[in-house]
Amino acid sequence: MSSEQTPFETDTSKVQTATQDARLGEALDDRFNSKLREAFGSSPFILTKFDKFMNWVRGSSMFMLQFGIACCSIEMMHTYAVKHDLDRFGAGVPRASPRQADVIIVPGTIVSKFAPRMKRVYDQMPEPKFVIGMGSCTISGGPFQEGYNVVKGAEEVIPVDIHIPGCPPRPEALVYGVAKLQERVANGESSPVVVKPYELEEFGDLDRDEVVEKLAAQIDEDDLVMRYNWADSP
Amino acid sequence: MSLEEPEPDATELVADEPLDGDDIEALLGDHVLSRDDHVNAPGFVIRPDEVQDVLFRLRDEAGFDHLSCVTAQEYEDRYESIYHLKQYDDPTQRISVVVPTSKQHPVSQTAEPVYRTADWHEREAYDLVGIEYEEHPDLRRILLPETWQGHPLAMDYDQDRPQIVPLREHANPLQEDHKAEDDTDTMFVNIGPHHPATHGVLHLKTTLDGEQVADVEPDIGYLHRCEEQMAQNSNYRYQIMPYPDRWDYISAGLLNEWAYARAIEEMADIDVPEYAQVIRTMGAELCRIAAHLLALGTFALDIYGDFTATFMYSIRDREKVQSILEDLTGQRLMFNYFRLGGVVWDLPEPREEFFDKIRNYLDELPAGLEEYHDLVTGNEILQARTVNTGVLPKDVAKSYGATGPVARGSGVDYDLRRDDPYGYYDELDWDVAVEDGCDNYSRLLVRMREVEESAKIIEQCVDLLEDWPEDERNIQSNVPRTLRPDDDTEIYSAVEGAKGELGIYMRADGTEQPARFKIRSPCFSNLQTLPEMSNGEYVPDMIASLGSLDIVLGEVDR
Ligand code: SF4
Repeated sequence: MSSEQTPFETDTSKVQTATQDARLGEALDDRFNSKLREAFGSSPFILTKFDKFMNWVRGSSMFMLQFGIACCSIEMMHTYAVKHDLDRFGAGVPRASPRQADVIIVPGTIVSKFAPRMKRVYDQMPEPKFVIGMGSCTISGGPFQEGYNVVKGAEEVIPVDIHIPGCPPRPEALVYGVAKLQERVANGESSPVVVKPYELEEFGDLDRDEVVEKLAAQIDEDDLVMRYNWADSP
Repeated sequence: MSLEEPEPDATELVADEPLDGDDIEALLGDHVLSRDDHVNAPGFVIRPDEVQDVLFRLRDEAGFDHLSCVTAQEYEDRYESIYHLKQYDDPTQRISVVVPTSKQHPVSQTAEPVYRTADWHEREAYDLVGIEYEEHPDLRRILLPETWQGHPLAMDYDQDRPQIVPLREHANPLQEDHKAEDDTDTMFVNIGPHHPATHGVLHLKTTLDGEQVADVEPDIGYLHRCEEQMAQNSNYRYQIMPYPDRWDYISAGLLNEWAYARAIEEMADIDVPEYAQVIRTMGAELCRIAAHLLALGTFALDIYGDFTATFMYSIRDREKVQSILEDLTGQRLMFNYFRLGGVVWDLPEPREEFFDKIRNYLDELPAGLEEYHDLVTGNEILQARTVNTGVLPKDVAKSYGATGPVARGSGVDYDLRRDDPYGYYDELDWDVAVEDGCDNYSRLLVRMREVEESAKIIEQCVDLLEDWPEDERNIQSNVPRTLRPDDDTEIYSAVEGAKGELGIYMRADGTEQPARFKIRSPCFSNLQTLPEMSNGEYVPDMIASLGSLDIVLGEVDR
C-alpha cells in the first residue's frame, strides 16, 4: 500500500456500487416490499391492490422526526404550529424518537462533525423511510458552500427524496414539498438512491497517505470513518 | 471564590472620571511594550508571559471586570491574541490587550485564572488559529472534530486537503455506559446532539449520580458553519450583510445586522440619517419580541414537555410579528434589510395601513402577555420547577462574561442599548429589565418584561415615523460603491442582540474584504455557565437551566 502515493483517490465506483447494492438489496427496489406482500403471496391481483392500499396509508399518515439543525428549523417549527399546521395534511405531529418516524426533514446546514450523527439518526428510522431536504444548505451547502467545515448537501450523507429550495423556504413551500412526497408515496414511486462516495468506509480500506498515517495512531482499524474531499466535491 | 471578593473595593479604586489610555499605561508601567490603539479603544501590547499579571491588575485595580472577547489572528510575521476588556458598570470604558507571539513558537499565557470565560475563548483561538495557551486547564479543539488536521484560519491552511472524521458513536452506545470502573455509582449519559431539549445540535456529556448531575460538559461545534471565513471572503459593502441574519436565526436578524452595521459604520465613519435610525430601532425591537417569544415557548416546552398549548400561543404571536417584519423587509426570517448608512427601502405603502397593523399588534400584546403570565409564569408547576433552580450568582455570571437576559436575571444591570447607546435608543423612554433572583425563573421574567419594554419602544418609534415630514425621509446616506477602510484599522464594537452582547472585531488591510472578522457571540459565553448552574442539581433542572439560557446554536458555533 505504501508504494502507491497517489493521494486520496478512493475507488469511487466501487464504493458507490457497494452502497447502492446495500441499499437496494436483492430485489430491484424493495423499499416497498412489505412483509405483507410476502405473506399474501400468490395472487397478483390482490397484491397490487393491497400494496396500493398500504401506500395510501403511508402517504396519508406521515410521522415526522422532530429534528432541528439550523435556521430552516425555525420555519419548520412554524409549519408544524398554528397558522400553517402541517397536521392538516396528514403529516403528523413531530416524533422525538427516530424509531417512531417515517420522514426526516433535514432543516439546515450539515457540518463535518454533525454529518455522522445525522447518518446515525437516519439509520435508526424504520423502513420505509423518506427524507426531505429543506433549504439550500441541504442541496449544496447554500450560503456556506465554500466553508471549510460544511458538507455540500445532505445527499453526501443520506439519500434525499424531495429537495425544497429557499433560504429558508417559506412554510408554504415546505407544505408543498411534503404534499409532493405524499403524492409520490401514495403512487408507490420511490426516488433513486444517490449517495455520493463520502459514505462510511472502514478505516482499513483507505489509502495510506500521509494524513491517514498520522491518524492511524489515533484511530482504530475497525473505526468507521467519514472522509471529506472538498476539492473533488461537486 | 476569594478572588471574586475584592470587587467592591475595586470600584472604589476607580476614579470617578473615566480612565483614558494614558492612565492605563501609567498603571501598567513596564508591562506595556508599545501602544496599538484600535478605533474603539486604546490597545496595549504586552509580553506573552505576563498576560495574567496585566489582566489581574486591570481587573482588580482599574475595574475591567468583563472580558468581552478574545480574538486570535495570524499576521505575516506573528500571531496575535487580543483581549477585549470592558467594565460591566460602564461599557464605554474599553481597552484591548494585545499579546503577540512568534511564528515559530505561538505560545502565550492563559487568561483563564483571571476571567473564567477565557477558557472557551482560548480553546476556540487554539482550534481555529493555532495559538497555544500555557497553563490552560483543558486546551482541546472546541468547534472542529478532534481528528481535524490544521487550523483553518491560519495562513498556511489548505482547504482542499481532505479531512477524516471517525464515526466512533457508531459503536454500541450502551457499551461504555459506566464511566469509570472504580466509581460505578455514576453513569455517563449523552444528551444530544439530536435531542428535543437541546434547542438544536448541542451535545451535553453528562455524568449522573443517581438523579443528580455530577458533571455536565457542553460539546459544541455541530453547527460550525465557518461564518468568520465567509465574512472574510466577502466585501464590506454588499456581501457580508446577509450572513448576520444567520448567526442568531431565531428572528433576531435585524439585531444581528445592526452589529455588523455598527462596526463598519464606526470603522469607515459612515453617518446614518436619523429617519433610518428610527426605522432600524423599530425593526430591531420587533425582532427582539419575536426572539423572546420563541424563548418563552421553547422554555415552557422544556418544562412541561409537550408540543401544544404554550408553544402554539407563542408561535401565534410570533406569526404576527413576522408578518409585520415581512411587510417591512420582504422576508419572514432572513431579512437582509440594513445597508451601510441606513436601510434598503422605506416603510411599505400605504404607510397608514402599516402603522395600523403595528398598532393593532401592540394593542393586543398586553392581553397576550397577561395570558402568558396566567399560563406560564403564574403556573405553580412551573414555579416549583424554576424558582431557586439553576442559580447563577452575580459574580459568577460576570466572570463568565454573561450578558443579555442571562446577566440581567442575575442582577447585573448591563444593557448596551442604554449604557453604550446607538441608534435612537437614548432619545426614547424605556427601562432595562433587571431581576436579582439569579435563578431560571428570573431569566424568564426578564425576557417577558423586555417584551413589554420593546413594545414601548416600538410605539414611540411609530409615533415618530408617523409625523416625520415627507421631504426628510432619508433612508440612506451616501456611501461609496466600494469601501476600502485604511490598512491596519482595527475595531471591536458591540450591540445588544436578543441574547446579549453581540460584538464584532474587524481588521482592515486596505482591501475590500476584512483581513480578520471575529464574532463575539453572547450565547457562546452564556452557555459556558451551564455547568456552574446545574452541577449538583437534578437532571430536569439542568434541562430547565439550559432552556433558560436560551441559546441558539448558530450563534454558539458560528
Ligand atoms: S438554507 Fe438558509 S435558512 Fe436554511 S439552514 Fe441554510 S442558511 Fe439557514
